[in-house]
Amino acid sequence: MNETIRGLLTKFGGLPVAVDQIADDADLYSAGLSSFASVQLMLGLEDAFDVEFPDALLNRKSFSSINAIAATLTLILDKRDVA
Amino acid sequence: MNMSVSIPDAGLMARAARVATIAAKHADAVDAAGRFPREAVDAMIAERLLGIQIARSHGGEDADFSKIAELCSILGQACAASAMVFAMHHIKLSSLVQHGSESAWHTAFMRRVADEQLLLGSATTEGGIGGNLRNSICAIAVKDGVCHLEKDATVISYGDYADAILITSRSNPEAASSDQVMTVFLKEQYTLEKTHVWDTLGMRGTCSDGFLFKGTAPAEQIFPKPFAEIAAQSMLAASHLLWSGVWHGIAADAVSRAQAFVRAAARKSPGAMPPGALRLAELSNMLQTLRSNVVAGLKAYEDAKDDPDKLASMGFSVAMNGVKICSSEMILPIVNHAMLICGIMGYKNGTPFSLGRHLRDAHSAQLMISNDRILSNMSTMLLVHKLDTSLLG
Repeated sequence: MNETIRGLLTKFGGLPVAVDQIADDADLYSAGLSSFASVQLMLGLEDAFDVEFPDALLNRKSFSSINAIAATLTLILDKRDVA
Repeated sequence: MNMSVSIPDAGLMARAARVATIAAKHADAVDAAGRFPREAVDAMIAERLLGIQIARSHGGEDADFSKIAELCSILGQACAASAMVFAMHHIKLSSLVQHGSESAWHTAFMRRVADEQLLLGSATTEGGIGGNLRNSICAIAVKDGVCHLEKDATVISYGDYADAILITSRSNPEAASSDQVMTVFLKEQYTLEKTHVWDTLGMRGTCSDGFLFKGTAPAEQIFPKPFAEIAAQSMLAASHLLWSGVWHGIAADAVSRAQAFVRAAARKSPGAMPPGALRLAELSNMLQTLRSNVVAGLKAYEDAKDDPDKLASMGFSVAMNGVKICSSEMILPIVNHAMLICGIMGYKNGTPFSLGRHLRDAHSAQLMISNDRILSNMSTMLLVHKLDTSLLG
């Protein structure tokens, strides 16, 4: 999952540093992720994983690092599996 | 849905009313000269209104945004520039109150603000960045426990008159432009070299001149949280709600003047409905829409304030931005409508029905954080955020 996220981050993140230089737990906003780029990334994630982010998860924390994004996605995918 | 929004007690209202009386007396002179509303701010200090937001345990009065917004409106009905100084001070104070309690320095400073009624200024805009306050060019440098910052601050409202300035910058010289911190600098810790003079259409008394800021202070005065969190969790809501309070005040006073004009006409010609009476009914509806918008915003904040995730959510951000857009757009037609009612007596300066200052002050609302920028941010968020379609929320 983290590799897919990294791929999307490369495509949509518009970060000033190479994505492979960013640790899984590094703060993406500190790395330069703008709010516009973060929304593009969210749309890319929704498309790639065939999910819709519920409003309760649409906050800075959910997308603050690669690990946080993976956790957010896992939360949605698990709920879907249960349903 | 609990619709209660706290209303200031009679004592607080009376203190604000005394300040408003003084602010109203000097409003035209402040506007004409583009000077700082010294008398009104001194009255705020005398009535101890600058520390009310601070917790009682730190010397304040625990006033929430609803109470402060009401005070902004009361002052806005008297002198919009004085009210805006009061609002901007409390917007900065909200950062301190909500994000400063984890640091000993900021906690002690909060007590000083309450005890000494210090006026807090803000330096978020910067040459080359403009109003996009979530980015900085300048960077704070920390060495041996001392921080140093230079910023080409194109606007520091009442910069010459503030007792301390809360200023944003990149967190270090290598940081990305969005990796920001906010730092408190006390008056004796900085110099200001004036670069732009605030000679504007309206809001002239805020004296929002541009300055080259140079400050050196102990590094513990840097807020311990990233500015991104402060901006999302307190500044966004505080700015849009308290500004809206001021703008409601401008609109409400314009409506009062229009009503006084119609009532005077009615007394002059008993039995005949005066011209303008129908427009006054329309005007009262417009003011009600504006008020409902601000009250709904205050309510949304009250519901979210204890939940950091909710405050940081897109839904909340869209709601607060919507409050700002609506109130800033609504006040212009309200003042214009009032002018249609008062006619030449509203157009002329120096009559009891003059509305020129209101109209000029009201024009600032769409520009302070440009509505175009806000709409652009909202449109980005609406690509993923699904709007709440319920009536009561």
